[in-house]
Amino acid sequence: MLTKESIQKIDREIAKYPAGQKQSAVMAALAIAQEELDWLPGEAIEFVANYLGMPPIAAYEVASFYNMYDLEPVGRHKLTVCTNLPCLLSGGVDAAGYLKSKLGIGFNETTPDGRFTLKEGECMGACGDAPVLLVNNRRMCGRMQPEEIDKLLEDLE
Amino acid sequence: MAILGAINPILTVGWDGDAAWRLQDYVKRGGYKALARIFEDRISPDQLIGEIKKSGLRGRGGAGFPTGLKWSFMPKDFKDGKYIVCNTDEGEPGTFKDRDILRCNPHAVIEGMVIAAYAVGAARGYNYIHGEIWDMYKRFEEALDEARAAGFVGQDILGSGFDFELFAHHGYGAYICGEESALLESIEGKKGQPRFKPPFPASVGLYGKPTTINNTETFAAVPFVLNMGAEAYLEAGKPNNAGTKLFSVSGHVNRPGNYEIPLGTPFATLLEMAGGMRGGRKLKACIPGGSSAPVLPAEVIMDCTLDYDAISKAGSMLGSGAVIVMDETTCMVKALERLSYFYHEESCGQCTPCREGTGWLYGIVHRIEHGAGRPEDLDLLRGITANIMGRTVCALGDAASMPVQGFLKHFRDEFEYHVENGKCLVPPEVQRAGSTFFKATV
Amino acid sequence: MLDIEIDGKQVQVPPGGTIMDAARALGTYIPHFCYHKKLSIAANCRMCLVQVEKAPKPLPACATPVTNGMKVFTHSELAAAAQKGVMEFLLLNHPLDCPICDQGGECQLQDLAVGYGGTASRFREAKHVVLHKDVGPLISMQEMSRCIHCTRCVRFGQEIAGVMELGMANRSVHSEIQTFLGRSVDSELSGNMIDLCPVGALTSRPFRYSARSWELSRRKSVSPHDSLGTNLTVQVKNERVMRVLPRENEEINECWISDKDRFSYEALNSAERLSKPMIRVDGALREVEWNVALDYLAHALKDVARNHGAESIAALASPHSTAEELYLLQKVVRGLGSGNVDFRPRRSDFSSDGKRAGTPWLGMRIAEIGELDAALVVGSFLRKDHPLFAQRLRQLAKKGGKVSVVSVSGDDSLIDLHAQIAVAPRNLAGTLAGVVKAVALLRGAAVPAGLEEIEPGEQARAIAGSLAEAGKKAVFLGNVAEQVGQAGQLHALGAELARLTGASLGFIGEAANSVGGYVAGALPSAGGLDARRMFAQARKAYLLLGVEPEFDCANPQEAVAALRQADLVVAMTPFRNEAAMDYADVLLPLAAFTETSGTYVNTEGRVQGVGGVCRPRGDARPGWKVLRVLGNVLALPGFEYESSEAVRDEFIPAGASFVGNLDNGIDLPLAPVEGAAAVAEGLERIADVPIHFADALARRAPALQRTRDAAEPVARIHPLTFDRLALTAEARVKVKQGQGEVFLAVRADAGVPPGCVRVAAAHAATAALGEMFGPINVERA
Repeated sequence: MLTKESIQKIDREIAKYPAGQKQSAVMAALAIAQEELDWLPGEAIEFVANYLGMPPIAAYEVASFYNMYDLEPVGRHKLTVCTNLPCLLSGGVDAAGYLKSKLGIGFNETTPDGRFTLKEGECMGACGDAPVLLVNNRRMCGRMQPEEIDKLLEDLE
Repeated sequence: MAILGAINPILTVGWDGDAAWRLQDYVKRGGYKALARIFEDRISPDQLIGEIKKSGLRGRGGAGFPTGLKWSFMPKDFKDGKYIVCNTDEGEPGTFKDRDILRCNPHAVIEGMVIAAYAVGAARGYNYIHGEIWDMYKRFEEALDEARAAGFVGQDILGSGFDFELFAHHGYGAYICGEESALLESIEGKKGQPRFKPPFPASVGLYGKPTTINNTETFAAVPFVLNMGAEAYLEAGKPNNAGTKLFSVSGHVNRPGNYEIPLGTPFATLLEMAGGMRGGRKLKACIPGGSSAPVLPAEVIMDCTLDYDAISKAGSMLGSGAVIVMDETTCMVKALERLSYFYHEESCGQCTPCREGTGWLYGIVHRIEHGAGRPEDLDLLRGITANIMGRTVCALGDAASMPVQGFLKHFRDEFEYHVENGKCLVPPEVQRAGSTFFKATV
Repeated sequence: MLDIEIDGKQVQVPPGGTIMDAARALGTYIPHFCYHKKLSIAANCRMCLVQVEKAPKPLPACATPVTNGMKVFTHSELAAAAQKGVMEFLLLNHPLDCPICDQGGECQLQDLAVGYGGTASRFREAKHVVLHKDVGPLISMQEMSRCIHCTRCVRFGQEIAGVMELGMANRSVHSEIQTFLGRSVDSELSGNMIDLCPVGALTSRPFRYSARSWELSRRKSVSPHDSLGTNLTVQVKNERVMRVLPRENEEINECWISDKDRFSYEALNSAERLSKPMIRVDGALREVEWNVALDYLAHALKDVARNHGAESIAALASPHSTAEELYLLQKVVRGLGSGNVDFRPRRSDFSSDGKRAGTPWLGMRIAEIGELDAALVVGSFLRKDHPLFAQRLRQLAKKGGKVSVVSVSGDDSLIDLHAQIAVAPRNLAGTLAGVVKAVALLRGAAVPAGLEEIEPGEQARAIAGSLAEAGKKAVFLGNVAEQVGQAGQLHALGAELARLTGASLGFIGEAANSVGGYVAGALPSAGGLDARRMFAQARKAYLLLGVEPEFDCANPQEAVAALRQADLVVAMTPFRNEAAMDYADVLLPLAAFTETSGTYVNTEGRVQGVGGVCRPRGDARPGWKVLRVLGNVLALPGFEYESSEAVRDEFIPAGASFVGNLDNGIDLPLAPVEGAAAVAEGLERIADVPIHFADALARRAPALQRTRDAAEPVARIHPLTFDRLALTAEARVKVKQGQGEVFLAVRADAGVPPGCVRVAAAHAATAALGEMFGPINVERA
């Protein structure tokens, strides 16, 4: 299901926790699986659950509780825009609107070419850099004015 | 540079340059000295806890609970593994100080955690880091590698015979995990659903073992408290409000960012440090302690000093020190609508009043904002918050209710105008003028 | 003890309890949904908020520990406001259409809404809709908008059933109870979630919309399935059983029942019910009146006895029969002059007959299981053979008891086991002998005679260690241990192990009257033929009571061959079935479970009488009456009973709560290896009895037959053996025993011991096969 590299990464996470507490690695393992597969199909969740010796539904509970896991396929670049109050005050909603019109999609939609998925995010803990958006859960971009957004979209193949 | 200004700084001294976070830099600034001295001078855990108590250091995550007291709750004779956990799940809207602490000074957090572990007798610890700040998670892991290699973390720390293993655990998008028992559940590989208390983590915590949980900034302050001495730290602030604190300023100011100031500094001073109001517009309101804290109108906040007591007296909370500044272009209904949506979406879904009530609150505020408010809605909102507050396992129910109560208390006229006229008291063109998106001023 | 006060009433409670515990002790009702005495505390519904003196906020009674001097107010203004507030929230998104809800009339939310709900809703927003789920044939999750997220069902799976199949996915108001990827709920205890659900979210799929709760009359009964003697409430409408629910009995089933106990009632209304007596005339079966059938039968029996001798008559009963039926059957047979009677059709080794000190039983009370420090289960498909017995052991293991299993499969018992050994049936006795020897060595006792050659393995030593420690211990022999060829040896070894360790020895017992049959004397007389030999040495006439030999016998092939050659086969049964229509000459329709009074003696020797709760279907008659009249027609003495109680009083003292003479002592020399050597070197069959095929009732219950537990049998083979036989998972295999062969799907399964083939018994797909635990041949089809 997952590559050897991913399994090695998961093993490193498991080693962080005391013996008998493999389940603690489920969040990391799901993130690693998602990083490899771009989203979390049911089989991946089940694989992780079995690997960690936990019931698949318990792993699914986790995958569906934390909102950075994607239980549906997403585009190559998932852009999560924070629209929470501090960002809103500094143009977060406008940035989201700008992205919507540029990409021609709404929140939770993917461009027809599969390049971008747009998500509405909650506070990312970077309000001083508003407007803030997150690329593929990993790369935080702050102070996203129109020019910065244009450049970002150009850079993301 | 992650710190935009400071008055008598303690925590943020030396936060310059790209390498400030490296072990070498931290050691140059006096890092790990406090830890070394504990072992050299054979300071006992009890003495250590006494020193922290004396310093008056209070938890920087929001609740402001005395840190030394919290450490003293850990059962001394428990031998079956205790835990230290750091809460870097910073997701309270308006708060972004811990991110910068990890960015610029992760070793202070590590040192603070090792000291805390020694004080409470813990052999293992975790730092739970907000999933969205992935770079900081990676950086903290790197810093941990450095600390392990240098013998500050791991077996027989600095030849003292004291063992402490420390790891990073990342979140993946759930505000509720900032609640300490939800965070523990999350480390255990479950949904982040808060636990009923009692028992408190100090008796039944991570994996059912006694656990001390503190905020990132709290741990980061510990080495400095010990280095400068409890009394000096206490005096850096004011009585009952010891030391300095990081304030995250966001919203309608010219220089949003983090500022370190002594507790008790006037709000007006902080506002000035943050470059004043954007575009020279008028201050309308301020949420002084993160989105859960009740909003205060300009005239109230401008008279406040920033400390636990003054803000509390003004009817709000200092919380995490997240200061959200709103100017006259702000529609207060829209502001509350967004916050209510947030609490509704972030409710863990466990307790009835929060799961059901937060959605109801949002639904009503959403209706009012979109011109479908009813005259009875405002009293209903208050009634719903009364039925949520104090009735849930954790404080998220309260956190969702307090903004509603605060906005209604101070800006009821705006809500009434929305209900009566189906539109905002702040004209659309004024609201648009407030947005900086198309004409950045920073 | 702590002194506390609830609503002004003083009560003393032990420390460590909660306000809810104290209130229950006092008889004070505090409204609640998520709290359940058998489940962990969730404190999520918040309905039980009460006021506590000095506490600034209302506190949940279920989760708040009592402290000395605590004053609790359950109806104060603060408490009532909190409870009403919670009720309002619960009803926000809950459909307010009780009249069309299947739970209406027996809904906790509905009941409490009367007391705590408002008269009108302040909620003017759109209600949140939750999509229905399909989780299999037993539980309906068609109306999940009704769910109040109390998570009782989730906790039941995790804590009682031992398998988390339901979870609460998502968060906030989007929280939904669901299975992983829409799979079915397969736990054999799943139906209890329906009872636990306080609203109409989880309902009984077979019962759904077939009656209103207030239309049903509730009658007490006892499960006719496994040996636990599970207490039931049978709900009847218009002389038809509509639903079966648990009747709480802490000493037996607590508040649980298995799915088999719960859903087997559907078979009562099956089209396969035999409604009229039938006799074979000129090769064809014809319906006749009772008097004609019984006269015919009496004459036929007398003819056989006269022409071939009484010993050419044999009788076999199902251990699921009532004790009265078993007693009267043996009385009729002995009255005819034959000693060939038995009620243990799946047994193959009778070496312990005549060597037992008394009636074999559990060796302890069921409720004492929870007090054990260590337990060893030998030869059992534990979870499927005895779902609630396994549940008790699961709880025992959870609180630190060391539970071990020595059996013929590596099936997951969902118990946190101390040790587990799976061996070929032929090695079961030798393996148990290893445990016995390890204990002897550990204790420094003399190695019992006959065990000199035994070498205990590592797991055997681990088990021995747990049994050799101080404390309360038990050795339980399961169904397999009674069915295999070395049953007598296992009994003797169990007794020796008990003697050496101070453990009690017990038989879990296969069926509702596995103890009752012994008490009723439904056993061969000295020199009579047992359940096995009555077919191996074919007879002229057979009386079958409730038994379906093609499914129920240790060697169906041999049994059916014997029945086919007989001159007279009488099937007394509630059901018609294909095989019987072929070999039976007389079919007598018996009243089924719920339709007859009678007695079950459970595994702990407890006597439980049941009354008939509804009229027999068609012309069916209670078995005890049929046998009584048969005795009369045969002019046998002592058949003048007026009631089933009068029958029972002849073999169980009136008023006895427990039967006497319970004793698992045995007088057999230990020779565990001899039997093993006798089995040929080839493949050996392991036959489980699938849970929903174990008796005539269960195998006709439609919903149970749609569960995964009722899936068509697959030949399961250890991967090494699988490869050695060059099999592939894609192709079916030909499975042969004696004259019979069947074609089955095949699967490699590391839980099956090497050299063995696991092929279920009691199923139409495998009925043509022979010995449950005997040589078997598998080849590519």
